[in-house]
Amino acid sequence: MAVSTEERIILDARGSFCPGPLMELIRGIKQATVGETIEVWSSDQGSRKDIPFWVQKAGHELIGMFEGPDYARFVVRKRR
Amino acid sequence: MPNRMSMVVFSGTVDKLYPAAIMASGAVAMGMDVEIFLTFYGLDAFRKGMPQTNQKMDVNYAELAPMLAQLMKEKNVPSWYDMLLKAKEMGHVRVHACAMTLDLMGLKKEHLDPIIDDVVGVGEFVSNAKEGEITLFL
Repeated sequence: MAVSTEERIILDARGSFCPGPLMELIRGIKQATVGETIEVWSSDQGSRKDIPFWVQKAGHELIGMFEGPDYARFVVRKRR
Repeated sequence: MPNRMSMVVFSGTVDKLYPAAIMASGAVAMGMDVEIFLTFYGLDAFRKGMPQTNQKMDVNYAELAPMLAQLMKEKNVPSWYDMLLKAKEMGHVRVHACAMTLDLMGLKKEHLDPIIDDVVGVGEFVSNAKEGEITLFL
């Protein structure tokens, strides 16, 4: 589910299993324009490794990773 | 060397079709091309109607099958087939049917699920796989 706020696109992938949240992020990045910020929410353990790895490999910027009790939030800026 | 993962999918049980779909998704996520070669029971699982109805699980883990099926339902895990479709939408995933198995079963491409791109011989698949970095057997 995508919710667009003024400054960022939020992708709620909670409850989705590996590699679901990463796939959501890739899809979101594809649709976004360069410079836009995308935030993906994930309750999947694998995302904590997979998402930062992919972001670096794909040449985007991981602005932050915020751990919560039930899920983590990954804030990514599209760079290319 | 092409950035490619090749997979031979021999098994037709759901528990093996899941890793095939998940590996394909992971490879696509990492920007790799995926070539899937379906043979024997793996191809049987792609006969028209089978992806939507097949519930076979590895008999060695028969006692776990109902529990796993229940858990996946409760947690809304998408089917392996939907995962594979999604991977195909997002990247380069080619699904090939084994020509020999088709002949053996007396089937034609039109008897197979539309996710299948073409029918190829083992020689073509192996020579393509040879150029890639990863080949898996499931």
